Amino acid sequence: MPIDTSPSSVAAPRSVRGPEAVSRSRHRTSRQRRRPARHLPSRLLAASVLAVFVVFFVLPVLWLVLAATKTDQQLVHDSPLSIGSWHTLEANWHALTAYQDNAIMLWLRNSALYAVISLAITLCVAVPAGYALAMTEFRGRRALLISTLVVMLMPNATLVVPLFLEINAVGLIGTMWSIILPYSFYPFGVYLTYIYFTTAVPKDLLAAARMDGCSEFGVFRLVALPLATPVIALVGFFSFVANWTNYFLPYVMLPESDQMPVQVGVGNLLSSVPSFNPTVGSLAIERPQLALATLVAITPVLVVFLFAQRFLVSGMLAGATKE
Amino acid sequence: MTLTLSSTGSARRRRRGPARQSRAGAAFVAAYVILLIAFGILPTGYAVYFAFTDAGGTFTGFANFITTAQDFRFVDAVSHVAVYLVLWLFSLVVFVVGLALLLHRLASGKAGQALRFLYYIPGALAGAASVLVWLFMLDPTVSPVSSLLGTLGFHTFGEVIAPGNLALLFTIIAFWTGAGGWIVVMYGALNNIPKDVMEAAHIDGANAWQTAWRVQIPMLRKWIVYMVILGFAGGAQLFVEPQLLSLASVGVAGRDYSVNQLTYDFAFQMNNINGAAAVSVELLVVGVSAAALFVARSGFFDAD
Repeated sequence: MPIDTSPSSVAAPRSVRGPEAVSRSRHRTSRQRRRPARHLPSRLLAASVLAVFVVFFVLPVLWLVLAATKTDQQLVHDSPLSIGSWHTLEANWHALTAYQDNAIMLWLRNSALYAVISLAITLCVAVPAGYALAMTEFRGRRALLISTLVVMLMPNATLVVPLFLEINAVGLIGTMWSIILPYSFYPFGVYLTYIYFTTAVPKDLLAAARMDGCSEFGVFRLVALPLATPVIALVGFFSFVANWTNYFLPYVMLPESDQMPVQVGVGNLLSSVPSFNPTVGSLAIERPQLALATLVAITPVLVVFLFAQRFLVSGMLAGATKE
Repeated sequence: MTLTLSSTGSARRRRRGPARQSRAGAAFVAAYVILLIAFGILPTGYAVYFAFTDAGGTFTGFANFITTAQDFRFVDAVSHVAVYLVLWLFSLVVFVVGLALLLHRLASGKAGQALRFLYYIPGALAGAASVLVWLFMLDPTVSPVSSLLGTLGFHTFGEVIAPGNLALLFTIIAFWTGAGGWIVVMYGALNNIPKDVMEAAHIDGANAWQTAWRVQIPMLRKWIVYMVILGFAGGAQLFVEPQLLSLASVGVAGRDYSVNQLTYDFAFQMNNINGAAAVSVELLVVGVSAAALFVARSGFFDAD
């Protein structure tokens, strides 16, 4: 998928099932669970394995948040999980925004611009396409569905160099369209919409509207679209996250600093950190400021995550349960 | 399957103008088809064209493939990625399935939900952010686990990022960001195992271990295959992690580490677009075959 990211994005594409189904089955299993006391030692062992992994997954995030509130000296000498001060956080923010004359805000603005425009195009394209694949018959439908599946399962990085060659040939390198247009092609969104319509919207409903004299476009706009709100939100969520976190494509297409999205920009900050690159001199960015920049770069996605947990689960299970 | 039946059924039943519907269907997918051609098929064709021609556009057969394969970095890059893939897929299968089973057995209700969410949080740091975080975690001067690193014999960042460790480090980073999502998926799949099956195992006297090994894991099989195929396809494309590491270590570690970095170098450092296209085509073949094999054989997506 041209829009998703590297190995980590592996987690994104998936399939379909309502959140209510998930919670229903969860209740079922909790009722059936038995807790024999004789297994106490093994239960303790299992619980500590779960706890170790909580530390593994959470500690780096916690450290990152705390690091942004400290000075570089504190980072090295204080305990790793100590809290710095609000004052230092502000100082770090000022130092960060002073870098290349507020480059970080420009990168954030770029990221937002690219992610939102692509998201809008994705929705306008993917929702009607998924609807048509699910609810209508037309020539080439099956071929289109299969190619959608194959492209969807392909890692996005596969097409980066070929896309570069193509975009270069039409002279769009260095313009925002060089990433917005490839981002807008989002087969996973089409697949999600397709699954949603095949499983959640009865065809008879559309047939009834047609019989009442509705045009095909009218059926889509007046009947199908209002029913599609959940899947629109879901596609929007995955598309936004994929666009925001993509690194390779913009890295190749937009080499100029003033056009970089924040992921690439923050990656570039690395070479201005003296402890990683001793040759930087006066343009330096210190480690706590880099931590703060990382934090700022992920905040939009983190916020979306916190508010969209329900979507995450249903999206990741999509397609799983088509018996 | 039910979907298939209902869709053909209603097509037959449809009274009013299948032609009208067909036209409408085609119109609804038109924009998507244009994007599919422009950003899926066309770049693929373009890369294939470049891979089999030279800078002047004359057909050269497999010359570009041979030259790039003989590049002194190529074999190294392929073997790096192979080692990384083994570690990455192994850790995915063992830990994701193991953790999902533990969560399913031990943590019910709110606690389980909270744990799954905590495991999932690093997913928000996909891309460059996860690498930056781990550069800190792996730098003994600032790492919260510097004592652990010390016990393992690592006292400087340079020692941690020694060439022999890189595959493992990239595995840890990828696992940290990606595993939580898969745990959620596996957990959901475990919940889908019918209650009677679990009950029957219990009545037959199966303990937790036997239930997991003989009932749950076999029933998770298609999900595990799904995860392995996507993990394989994604892992083969390794790029961000080594690229950022090479930035952070000023080229000492991670430079020309993966095959994708090599395509980047061919295209942008050595100006050998045709060579870059040849390596891209090889990666494309890997990606497309993994995906196509899965779509065709798994019965996972019923493309009716």
